[in-house]
Amino acid sequence: MPRAAFERELQRLQDEILVLGSMVEKALMESVAGLKRRDLEAARRVIAEDRLINEKRFAIEADALVLIATQQPMAGDLRTIAAVLEIATELERTGDYAKGIAKISLMIGEQAFVKPLIDIPRMAEKARDMLHRALDAFIRRDVDLARAIPEDDGIVDALYNQVYRELLTFIMSDPRNIDQANCLLWVAHNLERAADRATNICERVIFTVTGEMVEMDVENGPDAGVEGIA
Amino acid sequence: MDMNNVKLETHNYHLYYGEFRALYGVSVQVPANQITAIIGPSGCGKSSFLRTFNRMNDLIPGAHSEGEVYLDGEAVFSQDVVELRRRVGMVFQRPNPFPKSIYENVVYGSRVHGVRNKGQLSAIAERSLKAAALWDEVKDDLQKSALALSGGQQQRLCIARALAVEPEVILMDEPCSALDPIATLKIEDLMRELEKDYTIVIVTHNMQQAARVSDYTAFLMMREDRAGELVEFGSTPELFTKPQDQRTEDYITGRFG
Repeated sequence: MPRAAFERELQRLQDEILVLGSMVEKALMESVAGLKRRDLEAARRVIAEDRLINEKRFAIEADALVLIATQQPMAGDLRTIAAVLEIATELERTGDYAKGIAKISLMIGEQAFVKPLIDIPRMAEKARDMLHRALDAFIRRDVDLARAIPEDDGIVDALYNQVYRELLTFIMSDPRNIDQANCLLWVAHNLERAADRATNICERVIFTVTGEMVEMDVENGPDAGVEGIA
Repeated sequence: MDMNNVKLETHNYHLYYGEFRALYGVSVQVPANQITAIIGPSGCGKSSFLRTFNRMNDLIPGAHSEGEVYLDGEAVFSQDVVELRRRVGMVFQRPNPFPKSIYENVVYGSRVHGVRNKGQLSAIAERSLKAAALWDEVKDDLQKSALALSGGQQQRLCIARALAVEPEVILMDEPCSALDPIATLKIEDLMRELEKDYTIVIVTHNMQQAARVSDYTAFLMMREDRAGELVEFGSTPELFTKPQDQRTEDYITGRFG
């Protein structure tokens, strides 16, 4: 089989993307779960382990560059490597969002929540699910799946708007809630951005397969009303 | 591609060597003032196709063809072949300077076409050697034997020789295969300079070179009956990042068995 070594290396790169993806999914879920159960140790772990996510991302990038330099990839192979580079970046940013949530967890510290967290964990699960399926679409080169996933971005945006409105109510009912409300809004913002990253990955999947770069804008996105400042 | 900018064209062109069909129904439009690369696996008829444009195949016993070939919209088979070969010059894989001085090499073609005046010939020599990016290296000793030049210099001399008769098209059949990487890159730079004034068609088995240097690429492949056919023609950036045909993709990614 021609270029067996190149094929193997290309496959290995994509497998590494999956590894990075699962590291990021875990960080995202841990950061929110830790926030919900006031587990500051979990938050510190997420922050510390972000270093590993960054290292993995740079390792993938370095290997991709070596592959480009030594193998002169063309056409589909070239688009795959370009996608690997982009997706690694999207995943690393998502890892940063998880770290941000963990930092907010530490900021809120021992305070009681003004209300139990319901929508925020829902947002996290939705974003994680989108991310997972986006990576699945990449590995399987599934354009139909890649096209379908961004529709869930609307669900995440709707949840975000809901969280925003609720937190606004709490601020108005007692101005001393501003600090915590702000923190929680920031958490919701990070999760909304994580979902956007998953959409970007879907765009990359379509590009890899078809060679066309398609922007996937969702209906209730940033321009839908004042709550949509995401 | 704008029809007005077509320099060379073939229409349903079949080439035979005796009974054997070497090219099958090739239809292509080569744009003017661009570099068009012809790529494809060994034996697919790339060089045969290149030789079509200046009727070099006429020199091969038993060679005959069907279909049309045009230069500036005029059928090449209707034109005076000597004049055609002045307008459509050729550079070969192995530099083939005449065993004469550098000067004599460059002006040979002009002499054949009737130029006698020494002043004119000197001017032609200087102009052509400059255009071939060789002047600075040889100007102090034009009487030196061409065979004393390096491979890369000899190839540029051959290009100067082709340019001396003021062609419109330059055909290049794997012009860098016999050259080292530095000489190759010099010739590629030269090609980019030359395309402003000439139409260049280059056959190359080096895909990276085709990708580096050409504006358009034609991909030829052998059919089951061993005749070469055109699989895909497109702008080089498109063809190498997003080929239309799976066979093109397989070839340029090296998955071709």
